[in-house]
Amino acid sequence: MSNMHKPAPRVAGKRLLVVGGTSDIGRAVADAYAAKGWGIDLAARDVRGAARNAGDIQTRHGIDHVAVHPIDILDTGSFEAFIDGLGDLPDTVVCVVGMLGDQPRAQTDPDHATAIMRTNFEGPALLLEALAGRFAARGRGLIVGISSVAGDRGRASNYVYGASKAGFSAYLSGLRNRFGQTNIRIVTVKPGFVRTSMTEGMDLPGVLTATPEAVAQRILALEAGQTNVVYVLRAWRLIMGIIRSLPEPIFKRLKL
Amino acid sequence: MKDLSGWGRYPRQIGALTTATSPDTAQTATTRGAGLIARGLGRSYGDAAIGRETTLSMTGLNRMQSFDPETCLLTTEAGVSLAEIIACFLPRGYFPTVVPGTKFVTVGGMIASDVHGKNQHNDGTFGHHVAWLTLALPNGQILRCAPEENAELFHATIGGMGLTGTILTAAFRLKPVESGWIRQTTHAAKNLAEAIALLRQTERATYTVAWIDVLARGASLGRSLILAGEHAKQDDLPGGYRQFPPVSAGRLGVPIELPGWVLNTASVSAFNALYYRRGAQKSGQTTLVPFDSYFFPLDGISNWNRIYGVRGFVQHQCVVPNENAEEVMTAILDILSSRGEGSFLAVLKCLGPGAGLMSFPRDGLTLALDLPVSEKRLALLAEIDVLVAKAGGRIYLAKDACQSRATLNAGYPNAAVFRQIRREMGCADLMASKLSERLDL
Repeated sequence: MSNMHKPAPRVAGKRLLVVGGTSDIGRAVADAYAAKGWGIDLAARDVRGAARNAGDIQTRHGIDHVAVHPIDILDTGSFEAFIDGLGDLPDTVVCVVGMLGDQPRAQTDPDHATAIMRTNFEGPALLLEALAGRFAARGRGLIVGISSVAGDRGRASNYVYGASKAGFSAYLSGLRNRFGQTNIRIVTVKPGFVRTSMTEGMDLPGVLTATPEAVAQRILALEAGQTNVVYVLRAWRLIMGIIRSLPEPIFKRLKL
Repeated sequence: MKDLSGWGRYPRQIGALTTATSPDTAQTATTRGAGLIARGLGRSYGDAAIGRETTLSMTGLNRMQSFDPETCLLTTEAGVSLAEIIACFLPRGYFPTVVPGTKFVTVGGMIASDVHGKNQHNDGTFGHHVAWLTLALPNGQILRCAPEENAELFHATIGGMGLTGTILTAAFRLKPVESGWIRQTTHAAKNLAEAIALLRQTERATYTVAWIDVLARGASLGRSLILAGEHAKQDDLPGGYRQFPPVSAGRLGVPIELPGWVLNTASVSAFNALYYRRGAQKSGQTTLVPFDSYFFPLDGISNWNRIYGVRGFVQHQCVVPNENAEEVMTAILDILSSRGEGSFLAVLKCLGPGAGLMSFPRDGLTLALDLPVSEKRLALLAEIDVLVAKAGGRIYLAKDACQSRATLNAGYPNAAVFRQIRREMGCADLMASKLSERLDL
């Protein structure tokens, strides 16, 4: 009976911050880390929804630390206070914040276009900048930014979203270059299609579509390794490689 | 619009499907619905989880809420699956107090069907271990129901097939276990009388159930293997056994509907004879089996329901009061074996009372069969229903696709009270499934 309630192997004292804690990918990432014994901080605008996920993670894994922190990714002036409010600085931060938006609407509604650009680029970039500064002071940390294959080249079907993700990818690349000689790692993750509430109702090709759990396992695997840019499904690296290499005179005639 | 059916793939119905992503959205859908029923993982066999107008998918309510190791009380949203509960809590030394024959069911579905398991004779049904639940009513109210709070509605909701409102969350008890292994003891019974006697003798075991060869005839009619089980303690495990075997994900699959002739009298008969002989050789022996293969033998094969072909199958489970049990079971087995209707999986078990107003279990002996759908077999089941009703027995609603209103009313004396409660709660017309429409519940 002595070791009847023997817990699973734990990683003592490690902390994960998920920004976008109500998203399906954010939930899956938090769950995967919690299963390894990490303490979890969930940041989200929808505090009630994040608390629902926090209760779930706490119950499933019986871990000591799960907390919810309100954040508005568009309120860039609040980020330093947000980080102070975390208490312990996280060991790893995964930023899942994103907004697909509506491309046709964004073409005629500048407010909508601005919201897409700020939510996908400005907010996440400045938040990770602030966190990178704290990590630099400490001397270590892992930053994972969820960008998108849509940022690899602007296409008619979603270029407002794509351009904002391209900006985010470039920002992450810059941070990576800046911290290249240090113990601060920056990883860009491009999931491709993922079956989430963001893509619900879309007719997605099965072979190119990952589950949130698969994305989460790829991110967890980054803890050991030196990866810089991750395409969750390898086929996407090939597809986007081809799309990127098409000469512009040909590319502009295509319906993509 | 979606092609909806139960696990038996009969009957099928094109209908509207709405997806709830949270308790809030499930409540809103319940308020807006007319002829609505909640659906979990779709493992009820017949038409119970098909809405008369709209079906509300509940699998998005998949968050656990809290667990108290002192009381072993787990609180979850209604769409959490038993598979997830076992995956999370077995490695921590807890197991659900009652589990049905598949782990791909939701908490809401287990309550609505008041499911039972191989320990029903000792531990009652799942509903006996529910401390409280929250229920969304069509009028917009959310009521907390417990044995001492809204008690009448609580008892109508347990086993109430989702017809008293949409279950949003529930708290229920797990039990501590020392391992994920079962010490299984097999006993061979040469005929029905022996099988019933052995089931009664093994009632002191935590779990007991009989696999029955329904095609055996004459002196062998009702020959069975009785499988008694106990949770293995740590000391029972030889070296090299992992304390908690991994939870199977159901990788093996049946990719297409098999042609109807694959499962015929000859193949089922040959399989049954072989299975019985192998079991009989082990009679009296005790072996260690992982919990997955003891409780959920078919979960290892995803989409096993496709083996019955495109027309689907009906699962039929009846319970007959003890005083008439042997006589009625003999008559049922006579009908099946004399017409060469083999059931691939047939199960015999002793039952005690259920927890709800409309729960299936009652004192008696239960027999579960599955048969591929055909006109002839539906007529045969109607004959069996008459025998069951005459003996004071009843048919399990979670498996039913074809019983008559007369059989239902004879078997469930609380049906009138149940209808009255549905009217009082404003559910009579608004919460409705194809099953409630068929049976006028």
